[in-house]
Amino acid sequence: MPSVKLPRKSTDTDMTPFVDIAFLILSFFIMATKFKPPEPVEITTPGSVLSQKLPESNAVMITMDSANRVFFSVLSDKDKSKYDAIIQGINEAQNLNLSPAEIASFRQVFAVGVPFSQLKQYLDMSDEEQKKVRQAGIPVMDSATNELYWWIQESKKAFAGEKLNFLIKGDQKAKYPTFEAVVSALKRNEEFKYNLVTALDDVPMGSELDKVLQVQGKVEKN
Amino acid sequence: MASIDTSGGDSGHKKGPGVKKAKKLSTRVDMTPMVDLGFLLITFFVFTATMTTPTTLDLNMPKDIKDEKEQTETKESSTLTILLGKNNHVYYYEGQLKVEEGENNFKTSTFKEIRNVILNKKKEVISRYVPDPECEAKAKADGKPISNCADKDFVVIIKPNKDATYKNTVDILDEMTINQVRTYAMVKIGKEEQELIDATEANSGE
Repeated sequence: MPSVKLPRKSTDTDMTPFVDIAFLILSFFIMATKFKPPEPVEITTPGSVLSQKLPESNAVMITMDSANRVFFSVLSDKDKSKYDAIIQGINEAQNLNLSPAEIASFRQVFAVGVPFSQLKQYLDMSDEEQKKVRQAGIPVMDSATNELYWWIQESKKAFAGEKLNFLIKGDQKAKYPTFEAVVSALKRNEEFKYNLVTALDDVPMGSELDKVLQVQGKVEKN
Repeated sequence: MASIDTSGGDSGHKKGPGVKKAKKLSTRVDMTPMVDLGFLLITFFVFTATMTTPTTLDLNMPKDIKDEKEQTETKESSTLTILLGKNNHVYYYEGQLKVEEGENNFKTSTFKEIRNVILNKKKEVISRYVPDPECEAKAKADGKPISNCADKDFVVIIKPNKDATYKNTVDILDEMTINQVRTYAMVKIGKEEQELIDATEANSGE
């Protein structure tokens, strides 16, 4: 019997399309990735169904962590002089005797979470030390010593004439009284509109909101 | 392995006698290290990518009004009060709080059930609606649906107590959006209500 000769197939596959796709995905991720800004503490925000985007500039962010500590940070990438104006205002209002170097170092601070009495000491530290030290949180619970009130007042002065957004970012485990104290500090500054930072949740199927959104969707299609 | 095949083409072309064939160098490049690196980078970016973009929930708080005369009054029959306690407990009552024997309207609920409670109350308020031509005319002028008038009296009052978490507060505010409750307010919890929650918690052994 003559043996049937099978043609030998090469095991060398052409990987070019494969590589093409791989690099396409790679470039997508490089472009789409946005690195998380540094955070003073790890915060897990609760979810909400609203899909409004977060304002990223002209805003002050008040952070509450799971241990009910309150932090204050300024979001103003375009105009760094706002940072100086706020710290200068705090310095004058509270007689903290901050040196120009300490005032300048406020720009690098991502979030302040110390009482006024420790602010000078905190701003004196290097970046590395600031990261290591455990901040006590801004005192808010007692309305007489609610220091957040002063921070908000100075930021309002610094952003006078511009739109200033108040972002409240709370951890899921933060207690309600802390939130209430933060709100009361804002209320005393005659500010009644806030943005609560949340993660996006799905709209429950068949709920009233779902129906409204569907009606809106149909209207847009027509 | 990974390589680009550039061989083939006019290799069969005959040159004249005496013309020495130049030694052909292979143009095949080993692409394995490049592919390795490529995938390493993909893995890195996939892991570091923050795909969850933060969103915001708008919250408007009213001004603190000291004068009792200026306070907004709500209709008792169309008010629902939701109380938030510790361990994600939810309590509610309709209208005025009544705790007398046989007429207790203080009820315990959960975050899953509260949606139905809100919806049922909303339906009840809508069913009692007597057409209000003034409101309907205004809604028409503003380009809003007339159905907005039917539940204009419906008010939800949210009272988180000191043990409620921020997550509970946001969840209940979210519930207002989900159920399209147009009027709601966050109010400080009363002493009587707090005592009732304490009593309920003591009963359930927490």
